[in-house]
Parts: sequence; C-alpha cells; structure tokens
Amino acid sequence: MQEVNRLTPFFENLNFEREDNTMVINFGPQHPSAHGQLRLILELDGEKVVKAYPDIGYLHRGIEKMAENMTYNEFLPTTDRLDYIASTSNNYAYALAVERLLGIEVPRRAKVIRTILLELNRVISHLFFIATHALDVGAMSVFLYAFREREFAMDLMEDYCGARLTHSAVRIGGVPLDLPDDFMINLREFCDNVDREVKITYNALLEDNRIWRMRLENVGVLSPEEALSWGCTGPMLRGSGIAYDIRKEEPYELYDELDFNIPVADTNDSYGRYRLYMAEILESTKILRQLIVMYDETEPQLMAHAPRYISAPKEEIMTQNYALMQHFVLVTQGMRPPKGEVYAPTESPKGELGFYIKSEGEPYAYRLKCRAPSFFHTGLLQELLVGTYLADVVTIIGSTNIVFGEVDR
Amino acid sequence: MRKYRPKDNVQAKAYHTDRFYVVPTVPKEDVSTDKLFSKHLETLKAKVDIQSAYIQIGQLRVEVNHKDNYKAIEILKNECGYEMLTEMSAVDYLAQEGKFEIFYQLLNLKERKRMRVVCKIEQGLAIESVVPLYKSANFAEREMFDMFGIKVNNHPLLKRILMPDDWEGHPLLKRYPLQGDEFAQWYEVDKIFGKEARDIIGPENRDPAKIDRYDTKRFSRVGREVPFGADISEGEPETPIEYSETFFVNYNAGTKQLDKRK
Repeated sequence: MQEVNRLTPFFENLNFEREDNTMVINFGPQHPSAHGQLRLILELDGEKVVKAYPDIGYLHRGIEKMAENMTYNEFLPTTDRLDYIASTSNNYAYALAVERLLGIEVPRRAKVIRTILLELNRVISHLFFIATHALDVGAMSVFLYAFREREFAMDLMEDYCGARLTHSAVRIGGVPLDLPDDFMINLREFCDNVDREVKITYNALLEDNRIWRMRLENVGVLSPEEALSWGCTGPMLRGSGIAYDIRKEEPYELYDELDFNIPVADTNDSYGRYRLYMAEILESTKILRQLIVMYDETEPQLMAHAPRYISAPKEEIMTQNYALMQHFVLVTQGMRPPKGEVYAPTESPKGELGFYIKSEGEPYAYRLKCRAPSFFHTGLLQELLVGTYLADVVTIIGSTNIVFGEVDR
Repeated sequence: MRKYRPKDNVQAKAYHTDRFYVVPTVPKEDVSTDKLFSKHLETLKAKVDIQSAYIQIGQLRVEVNHKDNYKAIEILKNECGYEMLTEMSAVDYLAQEGKFEIFYQLLNLKERKRMRVVCKIEQGLAIESVVPLYKSANFAEREMFDMFGIKVNNHPLLKRILMPDDWEGHPLLKRYPLQGDEFAQWYEVDKIFGKEARDIIGPENRDPAKIDRYDTKRFSRVGREVPFGADISEGEPETPIEYSETFFVNYNAGTKQLDKRK
C-alpha cells in the first residue's frame, strides 16, 4: 500500500507494487499533439508502449451519407471539410471522379489553373506539416517561420477564390474563374521565397539540428512490406523506399507534361519522411514555375462544353433561351451522370485520395466512398507505436501527418 | 391520397424525371482489350468461379461468389501482384435485391493497374475477413461493419469505429434517414438524463436560423427589455432607450506636462 505523505504523490487508483503492472493512459482526444480529435489508448510498461489503440470518430459528420442526399454540384463544397488543410485537393479528387464518370474533357486553361491550385495546396499542406511537426517535437521557431510562408500561400488562394481554408475552387467540368491579373507575378515571387526559406531557414533550423535528429532518426520505422500491407500512400509509402506517386504513375491533369522528380527516402523513419516533405515542396515550386509559362499559351475557355451535365457560360445563359433552360434544369434537378461506377485516385498532399462513386443514373450518387489516406495511416498507428517510448508517440503521430476531417469524414 | 413513401430507401430522390428519359450507361469494355487484365483474369479463372468481369473507366471489375472472396484476393495478391488493398466497403442494394455489394479496390504498383473485386452477399450473412492478407482491411472492415452492419468472420477486433459503441442502427443503410432515426435524435438526452426527460428537454432544434418571438432567455429586443425568462406572450413593456450625454474634451486646451523628465 502506498504511504500518504506530502513528498510522495498518492494515486488512489494505481498500484505500483506489482512489477508486471502496465499503465493505461488516454492520449487525447483533446491533446494538442493529437492533430484534431485522435484518442489513443496507450498501454504503457514504464515508458514503453505495449499496446496502442487509436479510437476515432470524434469528428464524424457522415459526409458519405450527405453525399447520397445531395446533388453532385451541391456536394462539392462539402468535400472542403475532409482534409481542411488542403481543400482544393479534395474538391479536385471529387470533381475528377465525377468527370471520369461523365466522360468529359476539361479545357486546357482550367487544367493549368487546377494544377496550379493543387500544387499550391501541396505547398500549404507541407508547410503546415513541417510547422506542426516541429512544434510537436519542440522546435517552436520553425512553426513561426513555416506559418509565415503558409500565410502568403493562403493569400494567393484568397486572391484566386476569396477563401483561405475552404476553397471550393474547382467545379465539376473546370474552374469557375480565371486567375486575377497579378497572380502570376505574386506566384513567382512566392515560389522564390519558399525555395529560399526551405533551403536556407528551415534547413538551417532542422536538418542538422542535433535535437531534431535525435528525436526523429530511427523513430517510427516502417518497413516497405508493412507500408504496403497497411495501405500507406503518399509520403508514408515513399518514406519507406517505394517510389509510387500517382502524379507520375497514373498521371491526371497536366502531370504527364510537367518535369518533376519523385523524392524517395529509404531510411524508413520519421527523419526520412521529414526530408521527403522538404524535397516535395521544392518539387512543387518547380512545377508551379513551369505552369506559369504554360498558362500563357492557353485559350480562355474555363468550363467544359457538355450541355447535358454542365451549365453554359453566364453570357450564354443570359442571352440564349436554350442555355437558360438547360441551366434551370441543372440547378433545380442536378446533373444525372450515366449509370456506372468509378474510382478515381489522386495524389493529395497526404497520400492517395480517391473517390469511389456508384451512380444509378439519378441526380444523387447512389454510393460515394471517400478513400482518405489519413484513415489508413491512423490504422497503422496501432502497430507503429508498439515498442516505442511515450516521448516518441507524438513524433510518430506528427510524422504520419493525419488530419481528422479526413479520418472521420 | 397521401403519397406512398417506401421505407426501404429513404434517401433523397429526384422530384421529377422525364418519362422518356433513358438512363445511359458508362461503356463497359471487354477484358480482352487489355493484355495485363486478361492475364490476371485467366489466373483467377483457373481457381475461382467468376460471375462477371469487365473493364469500366480503365479499371477491371470482377464479380465473384461471396464465399470465394478470400481465395480470389489471395490469388490476386500472390500471383498477380496486387500488393495493396486501397479501399474496401459496401453498397446497399437491400431495396432492390435484398443484398449488399461488397467491393475490394486493389492496386498493382508494378504494372500500375487497379481492379475491383466485387461480391454480393445477403443480409445477415458474414463475409470472410481479408486482414491476414492486407492489414489495411482492419480499419476498412470495421468501418463497413459500423456503417452497414455486415459481420466479418475472423476479424481481429470487429467493433464500431466511427459511431459510439452503444449506437443502434447502421447509418449508411438506405433505410436509415439522413437526419437520424428516433434513437439518434434522443441519444444524448437518453444517455445523460434518461428517457423520462425527453418531454422536459424537448426535441433538438436543427434549424440554425430559428428565432422564437417570445423567447426571453436567448433573445432580447432593444427598447423592450424585460427580466430574464419573463413571459411576454401577453405583451411586453416599452423601455425607451436613454442615451448618455456626450462630453467633448478639448485635449488641445491645456497642455499639461505629466512626465517632468522631458
């Protein structure tokens, strides 16, 4: 029995006398390093994790259910709320799935704008990762520097669509707006700044920082076989030495015309993954620079011409009777894609984001399944955390880069 | 007569469909058009009974018997190189056929091929777990169980994942309404206060723009202030607004040096 006195704390529900005793602690759901609403039930032997059980569902909003009760265009803004760090990639993945179902081709300028937005989103998301991961591990200043650059990226998004987090900047069949006048000038400046910041500031703060390396190296080691088995995608898969990027392997939009590399890390640990994210930001700015040149060579058309499914441009609606009637039907009833099913994978900043849509020819999707990368990365935690120390739990959660809007949906 | 509403599918429906409207279908291609897919299908055909197979939007879709799901996926993994299970879930066809359609989305990284293994299963039957083949099925099968109530045999821990453990009903079923059933509506009240408190607390307000004219607890009217919680259904007193007098201070009139050091 514990003796109660002022020097030794007394825990009424814990018994430390048995040697084989393990302690069960709750990590989250309100823990600042839980990246949202993750509740981890950890069984500890001393400071070593014996068993980890990720408990999710605290942010469940039934987005797949809502998809069955909304027309295709209505649902698009809802996809913003999946991975709210990079909403355009969700909008795009959904729009791509519907476009493949409809079998429509998007105009080239819309493709350029979409690719710009996707890559800008990747930069935003990766900067957010570096900021929060560093903050979790204890490097506070990196957080401030990375968030500064992220603010500029969000300003660019704001210039384009008016929103900073929930963009809804992509439509089924194209994009709603052309780029504002000085967007390209700002984008070029932003690319230069990000490159400089990543290469100089973050690198100097983290790359050879002794504490950073000690906290990250050989922590969260994930073998390639395990990564495949757990359905890891994106940086988690490439961090384990498997070079599979959907942008390269199954190209969509303009990625087959762009020149970029796929960084791969073969150390399998958190440090390798962190370096991967840094390298991916540089690749994204490289893509963005190429897109600035490509934009000038395109025709000004922004939405695909498919009168059965997509409203005509506003001028036509206002001047032509038939276009107005089509628009009225599409707004009140919604588009009716053909009967069939589609699974469209895209490379979101977190990994493979895919939408499976089953259409029965109705204006409502019969079934929509969102394949969220973070969901599978959360499942991985129950194995990745076992055998590590409590101090490394935060590092590992940080390096899986999970976002709970996407996990719980 | 009131309109008959089917109970087995309460999801949103098109309010009008042209009576001459013929639903088009996404074209289905024959498997022989793709070399790799036909090779994989041949391998699969040798050991498993295949009900249908075609290519739609670049991906192979193979339907097998629900008893063969593990066997089929094992062959695809070990012999055809489908190393990753990217997604699995179900589609509710209970209203039409009394069956669920379960799909497994597989990825072959080396050949860059994606395919879907589909099997139909009656309600109440259990499917074999593929967790021994792919660990990613662990969470995916739990989610399927949570959302549709399809039991999975030999799953390491088959329990609810997104919904609370004590939840009743499976939300993604077509007969489950979007707003939730009675259990869902009273879930918090029943759990915290008990069923007898339902009348006292009343139903949840789901209209975010709702304003009750006579509510003096959450709303007040400027110029008609009444005590908190007062009953104003009979009329309310007028409390004219009194503005305080505004004084203008002339800061330039007298400059007073407060800090003597300057």
